[in-house]
Amino acid sequence: MTLNKNLKNIFLVVFTTLALSACSTAKKSADIDGDVYTGKETVEYLAAGVPDRVFFATNKSSLTTASRATLRKQATFLRKNKNLNVTIEGHADERGTREYNLALGERRANAARDYLMTYGISGKRISVISYGKEKPVNPKSSPLSWSQNRRSVTVKVN
Amino acid sequence: MINGKTYNLILIQLKCYKDNVKRILYIIIFNLVFLNHLQALIEVDITRGNLDPLPIAVSPLHVDIKSENYEGIKIKDLGSNISKIIENNFRGTGLFNPLKKEAFVQKPDIAHLKPRFEDWRLIKAQALVTGKLLIKDQKLKVEFRLWDLTAAQEMTALAFTTTPSNWRRVAHIISDKIYERLTGEEGYFDTRIIYVAESGPKDQRVKKLAIMDQDGSNNKYLTLGNELVLTPRFNPTNQMVTYMSYFRNMPRVYLLDIETGTQEVVGNFPGMTFAPRFSPDGKKIIMSFAKDGNSDIYTMDLDTRVVERITDHSSIDTSPSFSPDGKFIAFNSDRSGLQQIYVMRSDGSNVKRITFGKGIYGTPVWSPRGDLIAFTKMHKGRFYIGVMRIDGTGERLLTENYYQEAPSWSPNGRVLVFYRETKAGEKGEGFSAKLWSIDITGYNERRISTKTDASDPSWSSLLSK
Repeated sequence: MTLNKNLKNIFLVVFTTLALSACSTAKKSADIDGDVYTGKETVEYLAAGVPDRVFFATNKSSLTTASRATLRKQATFLRKNKNLNVTIEGHADERGTREYNLALGERRANAARDYLMTYGISGKRISVISYGKEKPVNPKSSPLSWSQNRRSVTVKVN
Repeated sequence: MINGKTYNLILIQLKCYKDNVKRILYIIIFNLVFLNHLQALIEVDITRGNLDPLPIAVSPLHVDIKSENYEGIKIKDLGSNISKIIENNFRGTGLFNPLKKEAFVQKPDIAHLKPRFEDWRLIKAQALVTGKLLIKDQKLKVEFRLWDLTAAQEMTALAFTTTPSNWRRVAHIISDKIYERLTGEEGYFDTRIIYVAESGPKDQRVKKLAIMDQDGSNNKYLTLGNELVLTPRFNPTNQMVTYMSYFRNMPRVYLLDIETGTQEVVGNFPGMTFAPRFSPDGKKIIMSFAKDGNSDIYTMDLDTRVVERITDHSSIDTSPSFSPDGKFIAFNSDRSGLQQIYVMRSDGSNVKRITFGKGIYGTPVWSPRGDLIAFTKMHKGRFYIGVMRIDGTGERLLTENYYQEAPSWSPNGRVLVFYRETKAGEKGEGFSAKLWSIDITGYNERRISTKTDASDPSWSSLLSK
């Protein structure tokens, strides 16, 4: 019947649309939660299974559950390597004023440092430096790259 | 009212920054003719956007045939080169419309003696600039006159004597004198801009301190690009610059003497110092110091080295800027959650938030006139440069773009210079950073041309004041 056929077509269209949108949100939520980056694309490793960086929400310096887990791995790694010192670099995305971003990067680096210290790592082993928006890891102007740029990175010094 | 034919002698001290040697040059200005201020002459209103710029004819300066050659200067072209600089300055204001030379009706030397007013009026000129120059005994003598063509009379006339290599500055000083005479406001052409010259890909930028004349000429780099440098700002006499450098990977505020090239770290802070500016008397540097993730505002007296803490708050306090009388400080803080602009007394007391509009606000900069604060506003993913009164009322957004920030005032408080960045593609392609200027009327937005990409501009005060 014509009516049935039409309905069928409509369902087909609706179904495809749903499937498509489900697909795009699924991809998004895999990489960004809220606006905190959760992917692995830019991440490097201090040792096997010890990611070097954590990510932040826009204008925020609070640590997410995932960031805390990463930093606990870093703390364990640093406890095992007692002679190793690190610098934590704090970064911001490009969507803010330069001077405020310098302060924000500093705050992010210190949030990571404070957390490592609560897990028994001496503050003397951890220096911090803020680069504000000056050193993006991903130069593209897009919400995804901005989320990758809002980060603190733990770097071995010696 | 002053009347009569007395000669007035003004000495202007010019500092020459060449070869790091302190050379003092003098420009002598003779006020040739005094003006009768009682008569109504042409006047340009600059308090609103000018959609009908004043047609002005700038005649090439007549070169005296007795002129001698001087190293590196094409004496034959000097007259028209000076007039071209004046025209370019005038065009850049948006207030004047310099007319094409092809239409000019009199030879430069004859017009300079006394123009045939009715002939100049035929080409629709309302004002005429004439002049002549002579290089003799290693000295450049320049004389100019400004004529009101409608009233058929001379408005101002001045003569200068200086080193011939100073000829560009002479053109800027003439521009300033004419601007002042026609608008009643101080000019801003004999000025320089210090900025950060940028090159290389977006994620590996090389940044150098650079200085140039306000019109982009005489560009000179002050650092080599070995370390990241940011946010240079002049002191009130334009001989010193405070800026931030990552020298030896220690982000600190520095002080640079432009003439001697010597630099030093400002203060002995155990962490990052940033966002520096001079106090209006030039004696102090105000800046942020970040300790344990918290940024507060401090001052350091450059003579006594005494450091004073101005704010003490668990939020980020940065981008401080003094009022021109030194009594107040505008700054940026996120103590209410997001970035807003606050004003306090210079001792840190009486903190008041002044921005309550939609969006977030940064980079407050107090106008040299004291009446306005320029700022950057971010709202719904767009960036605005605007001005507001010092209590936060009367907000006017002058320009909207993808990314722009860091306004700096022209010394007369009429124009803002700032930098603008463009969107970048996958590998950073399409990214650029350029300097722009806009009148506080919101009209006359212009690109300031620089040899490389550029950011963080800071405008000097008048050099010959």
